[in-house]
Amino acid sequence: MQPIIAVASGKGGTGKTTFAVNLASSLEDNVVYFDADVEEPNGHIYFKPKITSEKDVLVMIPEVNSNLCTGCGQCSKVCKFNALIVLKSDLIVFPELCHGCGSCIIACSHNALREGSRAIGKVNMGSAGRIGFIEGRLREGEAKAPPVIKALHPLLTKEKIQVIDVSPGTSCPVIEGVRKSDFVVLVTEPTSFGLHDLDLAIKMVKRLGLPHGVVINRADAGNMEVETFCDQQNIPVLMRIPFDKKIFYLCSQGEILVSHVPGLKKAFIDCYTKIKTILKRRGFKHEGN
Amino acid sequence: MKEISIVSGKGGTGKTTISGALASLWKDKIMVDCDVDASNLHLLFNTVIKETHEFYSGLKAHLDIQMCSQCGECKKVCRFESINSHYVIDELLCVGCGACVLVCDTKAIKLHDNLAGYWFVSETPQGPLVHAALGIAEDNSGKLVAQIRMQSKEIAKRDKIKTIIIDGPPGIGCPVISAITGVDLVLVVTEPSLSGLHDLQRIVALVNNFNIECCVCVNKYDINEKLSEEINNICISKGIEVVGNIPFSSQILKVISSAQSCHSFFDKLPRDIKISIEKLQGLLFKKLTGL
Repeated sequence: MQPIIAVASGKGGTGKTTFAVNLASSLEDNVVYFDADVEEPNGHIYFKPKITSEKDVLVMIPEVNSNLCTGCGQCSKVCKFNALIVLKSDLIVFPELCHGCGSCIIACSHNALREGSRAIGKVNMGSAGRIGFIEGRLREGEAKAPPVIKALHPLLTKEKIQVIDVSPGTSCPVIEGVRKSDFVVLVTEPTSFGLHDLDLAIKMVKRLGLPHGVVINRADAGNMEVETFCDQQNIPVLMRIPFDKKIFYLCSQGEILVSHVPGLKKAFIDCYTKIKTILKRRGFKHEGN
Repeated sequence: MKEISIVSGKGGTGKTTISGALASLWKDKIMVDCDVDASNLHLLFNTVIKETHEFYSGLKAHLDIQMCSQCGECKKVCRFESINSHYVIDELLCVGCGACVLVCDTKAIKLHDNLAGYWFVSETPQGPLVHAALGIAEDNSGKLVAQIRMQSKEIAKRDKIKTIIIDGPPGIGCPVISAITGVDLVLVVTEPSLSGLHDLQRIVALVNNFNIECCVCVNKYDINEKLSEEINNICISKGIEVVGNIPFSSQILKVISSAQSCHSFFDKLPRDIKISIEKLQGLLFKKLTGL
């Protein structure tokens, strides 16, 4: 069994993707990178993967058979999202508001509704060298990211190490991104912004009961508040990445750092070893690696 | 009354710092922090919360195990994996659709109102700030964004404030849509990285969808000047005005961290950053009043 490691952060732009991409690259073999930041998936910029298959992400929406619909309004009464309304005995569906829960179909006693579907995004699969690459991608203008992230869940396996790159924040897309993982890495920066949002992210992973650790990016460029916080809360700091304009530049060019910065690959492997040790203490059974 | 919304697509490009700096220069304004997931704007000022309001949104299902016959119908209809094998409903996963209630013969499941977060009206040395804290794992961040925007409009109307400055959330999803609908001008803060460029194009596509006037500012432009130039060119070819190129400084993280304890964090910014933000503010002010 191999662990599923989610990489998250409260604050955006702290270096989640940089960390996830370089962790996956350091582990080389036997690893799959998942881009679950489906609103702004950026992993492909670094990996330049060869995409071998594309699949639409479909969400359920009710389809109305107007011959059977009596305009009774039972469906719109049960819909908690105002996605159906009856106007002069005509039933109108608003796909953007629909959560795909199926309550309307249960409530319809005239058999006038059946399950239809609508594409809101894509799952792209391929590889970058020996690394597996899977990304979710929300269509612009669509509001709901969680179904696209959920579409990644069945693709997670226990045979390879899985690194999931999650979106920023602590709301529903983040929950969907981290909840199938064995360990969550929270990437932060040593500022009051970083600390404020790290605190929220820690509360989230604690509530989900997931083992976690912190990576401090640009570790020497801010203040010590994040270090003190982790110390007080007994949260392991897995890695500190120093601030370096060269790293900044390489990232901006979509370069994988471990192929350019000497010694960095070892630091990522050490970080993975720390994660494995924590998981082992928690009773996670590794095989190989 | 005019509204300007500052967004980025990619996180961490400097939305909040630039929003705060612009607000420091802007006269006669109210600030709204629409990054309700992870709000930071209040950390740039000595912020005093004046009002705290509960934000109820949506419903959550609760199952009374005493009344449950464990028939399994609820688990069958729930499409959100929120009912486990012990018939406990996970509130983090429940969307409050009520499908389970419809199929429960023993009436063991009830829906109740969901306290999804809080919103605040605060006072800062730079004027009023409306901000919010969405609960962990909550849906409907767009609704909370709409709520605080409405509140800021009411305050602006009451106090005859001319400009509303919105610090937006990252991404292109529901809270972002809610933070830009109906505003007069959108400023996209990007950075010269391939990720920044990629996300810039996605957010511009979104803003165009809504037919809103849009301009771009390249933050940390000197990190990768070649890419900055490319971004400038792409914007020109799309007819989008680049209203600012702001230099990078490694000092900025320290300035942010000590912002709350000083009178004005803007004054502490490196000189070249101050100058470029003053220029940016001038252009945006002119644009907004001319609309």
